[in-house]
Amino acid sequence: MSKVKDIVIIGAGQSGGWAAKTLRDSGFTGSVQMIGNESHLPYERPPLSKQVLLGELGPGACQLWSQERLVELAIKVELGNHVERVDRASRQVVCRDGKSFHFDQLLLATGSRPRQLICEGAELQGVHYLRTIDDCLAIRANLGTAIRLVVVGGGWIGLEVASGLRARGAHVTVLEASNRLCGRSLPPSLSKYFLEQHVSRGVDVRLGARLKRFVGNGKIQGVELDDGSIVPATVVLVGIGALPNDELARSCGLDVGNGIVVDEHCRTLDPRIFACGDVADQPLGQGRGRLESWRNAQDQGVAAAKAMLGVGPITRELPWFWSDQFDINFQLLGIVPPDAQQYRKANASDNGFIDFFVQEGHLVAAAAINSPRELREAKRAIQKALPFSEDGLVLIEDQRSAPERQEREL
Amino acid sequence: MTLQLIAACDKVTQDAPYAYEGQGKKIAIYRVNNEFFATDNVCPHAYALMSDGFVEGETIECPLHGAVFNIRTGKCMGPPAESDLETYPVTVVDNKIFLHL
Repeated sequence: MSKVKDIVIIGAGQSGGWAAKTLRDSGFTGSVQMIGNESHLPYERPPLSKQVLLGELGPGACQLWSQERLVELAIKVELGNHVERVDRASRQVVCRDGKSFHFDQLLLATGSRPRQLICEGAELQGVHYLRTIDDCLAIRANLGTAIRLVVVGGGWIGLEVASGLRARGAHVTVLEASNRLCGRSLPPSLSKYFLEQHVSRGVDVRLGARLKRFVGNGKIQGVELDDGSIVPATVVLVGIGALPNDELARSCGLDVGNGIVVDEHCRTLDPRIFACGDVADQPLGQGRGRLESWRNAQDQGVAAAKAMLGVGPITRELPWFWSDQFDINFQLLGIVPPDAQQYRKANASDNGFIDFFVQEGHLVAAAAINSPRELREAKRAIQKALPFSEDGLVLIEDQRSAPERQEREL
Repeated sequence: MTLQLIAACDKVTQDAPYAYEGQGKKIAIYRVNNEFFATDNVCPHAYALMSDGFVEGETIECPLHGAVFNIRTGKCMGPPAESDLETYPVTVVDNKIFLHL
């Protein structure tokens, strides 16, 4: 490939931000142009469901680098603009307002967006999603006092917001359509753990809930379930998953599966175009998938930048994810295979424990409740492929039949 | 600046840095082989204590977000942190650790 002078990054979130910074850290001296559709400089999102939502931090705390630092790094950021199309032949990115940017290499860091709930009343004031700083501030502005929060979707975003507002005295109901919480990322025994934690702190968690419509008069007043009952609400948060923003890639002919298909070096089928972050459908273990996590956004952004410059080595860390709810710090390391054996080790302090997931005699993933130190040791064991010993650990049995059992109990 | 007694050497193990708090500072003390080092205990990226972190050779990894620092120099070796940890000279007398604070 001829010498790379212009690099364009579509998406000015955490992953694109880390890619831009890494290009400079690695000595790239050409132009770096980011284009973002929000009005904020690159920022990270975890505090939006926690401290920023609760007013403990301002949104500025999320920002990765100051305006001055970006200027110093000669990273140009075009904010509040939407890319309309990518012309691969002429190597142009064309924005909705007609502005265009030439690229020698292009990075798609377009992220994901909340899946929208389509039902009657979804447009009522007080029905929110949470993805951006603006979403977060809109919820904050709408909270008022005597909060009755209804969370639609028992996933991570919903549970974090539920815990934060419940701890501040709000009346909180969580509606989950399936028979367990966080079913996409957790084995049943850990779903049950989070259920118990929320219920014991007074969150009204309803599994198998069927939502019929939102009711209100301009403003949300309640959520009607299919049995006709109404859960009163002053504010609703819908957190039912995220969809990859892969339309640009699709329309310019790149390979799109569940997101933009990339190899382990973040390359698409076009040698000039790369993708990273939430939008990237990447090789994971034996399969492929997207990772919607802070860690992946950062690490894959760094990896993409290095791959673009052909500098190495590119070492990828294990997938890692955390959630803070009430006084619980949860961390998940690696990908939990559905057929793994699960062993639990209690941790004397902080009511913590760590679950080890074992396949063919090797540790492949670990989930830690208030046990960060134990998780670090597990990380070392996974990375070094140390033989796993189950001595002194408790086998958590019968993962597969657990959901049905749980359903019957409820 | 005074010489401050921090801890007996045997309080600091290779795997578990020692957390000192005093003189308005939070400091982590490390043992690498049989040398002792001291850095700021609070990660420059977000509030987390290096003394809860993970020692690997001469590096310390922040327990919260995985930023990595060199224990001898405090130098930041990986994201998400951008700046280094401040370091402090350590004096060992009679198996006791002292810092100039």
